[in-house]
Amino acid sequence: MGKRILILGGGTGGTIVANLLARGLRTEMRRGDVTVNMLSASDKHVYQPAFLYVAFGRMQDDEFIRDQKSLLDPLINFYVDPAVKINTDKQSVLAKSGKEYPYDYLVIATGSRIVPEEIPGLKEGAHWFYDLEGAKKLRTALKAFQGGRIVMAVGIPHKCPVAPLEMTFMLDDLFSQNGLKNKYEIYYTYPIGRVHAMEPVAHWAVKAFEQRGIKYETFFNMKKIDPVKKQIHSEEGSIVDYDLLIAVPPHKGQPVIEDSNLGTSGWIPTNKKNLKMDGQENVFVVGDTTNIPISKAGSTAHFEADTVAESLICQIKEGCPGRDYDGKVFCFVETGLEKGTYVWFNYNTPPNPGEPSQMIHWFKLAYNRLYWLSARGIL
Amino acid sequence: MLDLKVSKTVDARGAFCPGPLMELIGSMKTEPVGSVIEILSSDHGSAKDIPEWIGKVGHEYIGTEQKEGYWSIVVKKAK
Ligand SMILES: Cc1cc2nc3c(=O)[nH]c(=O)nc-3n(C[C@H](O)[C@H](O)[C@H](O)COP(=O)(O)OP(=O)(O)OC[C@H]3O[C@@H](n4cnc5c(N)ncnc54)[C@H](O)[C@@H]3O)c2cc1C
Repeated sequence: MGKRILILGGGTGGTIVANLLARGLRTEMRRGDVTVNMLSASDKHVYQPAFLYVAFGRMQDDEFIRDQKSLLDPLINFYVDPAVKINTDKQSVLAKSGKEYPYDYLVIATGSRIVPEEIPGLKEGAHWFYDLEGAKKLRTALKAFQGGRIVMAVGIPHKCPVAPLEMTFMLDDLFSQNGLKNKYEIYYTYPIGRVHAMEPVAHWAVKAFEQRGIKYETFFNMKKIDPVKKQIHSEEGSIVDYDLLIAVPPHKGQPVIEDSNLGTSGWIPTNKKNLKMDGQENVFVVGDTTNIPISKAGSTAHFEADTVAESLICQIKEGCPGRDYDGKVFCFVETGLEKGTYVWFNYNTPPNPGEPSQMIHWFKLAYNRLYWLSARGIL
Repeated sequence: MLDLKVSKTVDARGAFCPGPLMELIGSMKTEPVGSVIEILSSDHGSAKDIPEWIGKVGHEYIGTEQKEGYWSIVVKKAK
């Protein structure tokens, strides 16, 4: 019998792994020596960075949602049948339909989800842009905004660590240009002792906040929201008033991970180099659902997917051990509606953001369209 | 510090983003009250920020040990 590779999740990481495998193992797959099956929770593929632009009315659904099948190499078997139990002892996954999918190699790329219910009052009192529904509601709220205090509050853990800063700068550009100048105030809160996780980004962002008149509070972790009084209470004991609250809700991995006892809060203990699940030689983990202390981002999922696909191809073709992931992350940072910069770093090289420019902003807009090439394993 | 039994160690060395304190705050949420968490950090800022945050929130700061090229910071979840 041929080798069976099972991929859980048809998002950024899972799709790139699958397409790279189909390219690297084409002959073996055609001969039936290798099969690649993918299970996902949806027949659609959503490019999530678009949500930031959706909130500003700058991207429409058909630009960032595609049929998952249209992105996959025809050699990959795709099933909309979400995993409900992963059994590593039996090397098998039980899916929602009741069907069991056995595997020789498993790739888990089920991503993360927001859990606003973890902070009392957040669902009732806050807007967010971390899912499509939230981004569309926020779009309506921003359109209707007549002035007052906007608070951007950041919960932990969350994916795309630069998005809250991007939102803040884009909001300031929007309202300073649309006739609300002097009628609004932006107040930004952040969980740790500086305004961003990355020290050089924090240095740069504080200067930009000061130039723009954006106020901020650090060491601020949301404890509860009072939607009636419109107040945010922090774990550290302070209370902040708001007229419009935009929050980054805390995140968790998918329920199937905890239900299968693979990791607390849905984060799977993963070797930061070979990307294997701890204690499992034939289970790889890609993207948001690892517990690696690194940014949960599409670019992380992408570079991890490259590593995992190459390791699997090498192992199946030649029995070699494969290569290591170097911790590479690359993120564009929108610094307003017209300019952007970027950061990259890995396990050994700290981030060092450059001067924002219009050119990088345009490149980000171009990448929003080029993403489909990444998903196909081409870019 | 060394007599305490560490319930969880978070190795955040070389973690530039989200970094040691964010990792610690995330871990504190999932660990039961009374657990002792050790965070390994190679980030100078965090060696200062972590005790400060612990003090603000009211957890118990056990101590910091400087090792070769990194810090080991130990805290106890108090509430
Ligand atoms: C507002 C916003 C802005 C962002 N901006 C950026 C950015 O600028 N740059 C960047 O690099 N990243 C950005 N990201 C983050 C990026 O989108 C994610 O980190 C990335 O998609 C993670 O990839 P993944 O493969 O781990 O998970 P996902 O892409 O989320 O895919 C998870 C897949 O698993 C499937 N699934 C779920 N449950 C199951 C199950 N039980 N069984 C099987 N399948 C399941 C889902 O249907 C989905 O197909 C942003 C995210 C948001 C929300």
